[in-house]
Amino acid sequence: MTTAAAMASLVVMGLIAIFLFVKAWPAMHQAGWHFFTRFQWDPDGAPALYGVASAVYGTVVIAIIALVVALPISIGTALYINEYAPRRAQRILVSLVDLLAAIPSVVFGLWGRDVLNKPLSDISAFLYKYFRFVPIFHTKALFFGNSFFVCGIVLALMIVPIITAISRAVMAEVPRPYCEAALALGGTKAGMIKEVIFPFSKGGLVGAAMLGLGRALGETIAVALILSINGNIMTNILAPGGSAIAGLIAVKFGEASVNGRSALLGAGLVLFLLTLVVNLVARLVVTRSRPPKGATK
Amino acid sequence: MSITMSPAHNIESAAVNERTVDAALRAEGISCWFGKRKVLEDVNLVMERNTVVALIGPSGCGKSTFLRTLNRMHELTPTAALAGAVYLNDVDIYGPELKASVTRQRIGMVFQKPNPFPAMSVRENVLSGLKLTGTKVGNSEELVQWALLKASLWEEVKNRLDAPGGSLSGGQQQRLCIARSLAVKPEVLLMDEPCSALDPTSTRRVEETISEIADDITVVIVTHNMQQAQRVSDTCAFFLAEENRPGHIVESGLTEQMFTNPADPRTNDYVNGRFG
Repeated sequence: MTTAAAMASLVVMGLIAIFLFVKAWPAMHQAGWHFFTRFQWDPDGAPALYGVASAVYGTVVIAIIALVVALPISIGTALYINEYAPRRAQRILVSLVDLLAAIPSVVFGLWGRDVLNKPLSDISAFLYKYFRFVPIFHTKALFFGNSFFVCGIVLALMIVPIITAISRAVMAEVPRPYCEAALALGGTKAGMIKEVIFPFSKGGLVGAAMLGLGRALGETIAVALILSINGNIMTNILAPGGSAIAGLIAVKFGEASVNGRSALLGAGLVLFLLTLVVNLVARLVVTRSRPPKGATK
Repeated sequence: MSITMSPAHNIESAAVNERTVDAALRAEGISCWFGKRKVLEDVNLVMERNTVVALIGPSGCGKSTFLRTLNRMHELTPTAALAGAVYLNDVDIYGPELKASVTRQRIGMVFQKPNPFPAMSVRENVLSGLKLTGTKVGNSEELVQWALLKASLWEEVKNRLDAPGGSLSGGQQQRLCIARSLAVKPEVLLMDEPCSALDPTSTRRVEETISEIADDITVVIVTHNMQQAQRVSDTCAFFLAEENRPGHIVESGLTEQMFTNPADPRTNDYVNGRFG
């Protein structure tokens, strides 16, 4: 029974991959390797140009921003719940974090676009003003917002719950005798976290981060609502523009021609493979990161 | 030992002894709860400097709980509560003068199950307390050797200081834990049944270590093993939890006295193996 269920999900994955590949084939065949290397996305132009490079680039950049912002928040939250919060507050905090995960992503997207975009643009202006010597903050654009940066921040909030939940579980697994040993030697809680909890849960934390990354890569609607997609590859993250696979598909699919749809499905296939690999590696890392041998429970 | 005690030395005469005994650690009126369940009631005990004090008694009588109140480990258990005071050189460890981390640095602890940090090497394990407390030391190699010698482990590990702590045998791991505790130079070392997971040979080595370190440290050891209590300790405290009465000290005094001529018939029964 369970084997059948497990097989079913494999079969569904396989069917999806086949569907994407078959539908995307015409566009991919026509574009050849340029499909992966070209920046321009103009499937209805003459000549038709299909290039997912800028969308792949944007997807990865946004996901990395999200991860960089979400990781410290998540691990901090997880540590607070595990080690510092009063017992009664623990459960409340856990459900609050879970509740965050229950907010539909379209709501996150709308809120990001209509509420968060303005203050984040101000922050962008600040970053540009004082840190423009850093390439990612350097731009010739006159406006800020609707950018990789804003998308990344909104996505960060969306992946905080999953990273928090997993890292909390992983860090709670650290055998208590070692934590007690650290404290009994005169260590503070901070010392115990640094010397015992982090080394023990390193692998699990990497896995938690990668699962968050996987989710950020695939996020569609928030990106579609926030980013002003223009297909550019930009080194800066503050100016409007850029592209991202899921957002691109959501925005363009409705109005796309037959060629366009085929190309978009090709982009979808790339995203599918990207998230598949990230998630597989993440799962592998999480399961591999059991306590070292010789550890007493 | 410069101790003057009546044969029936017990909690009532503790106040008298305070003047004659140089107390490293003194527990006054300790009561403990886990949630609503009271596990210790009004325990008073004076632990003399540079002696070995054994806490004996049947399982569930609260000796380990008492031990954990002596360096503020008790409070780490959720729902744990405490009344009373513990004085380290006449300073209340639960008072505002001492932080929990400082208290634990000065009153070390060795646990029932050996728990060296498995990912750290032998050397790193010995130095882990310094790292955790942010203590700088001039010559760490010297300290490693000193602590391992003290714990009678040096000869066995001197050629593999970089091997992981988890690769040693159980007995060696426990002595590594003792070395780790000694490296932060505590005044008192608490040991919670340190040999219960060890074979007889390892037990013997740990007991030798205890006798040696007691020259300049106060050792408080919880043990189920009557022979061990007799072999290693100078004084003993017999704990008992009875029906409708949480754990308390029935009798305490010189080990020799406790085993040969106890004042309380229950002590007599216990040390002669008639229950527990």
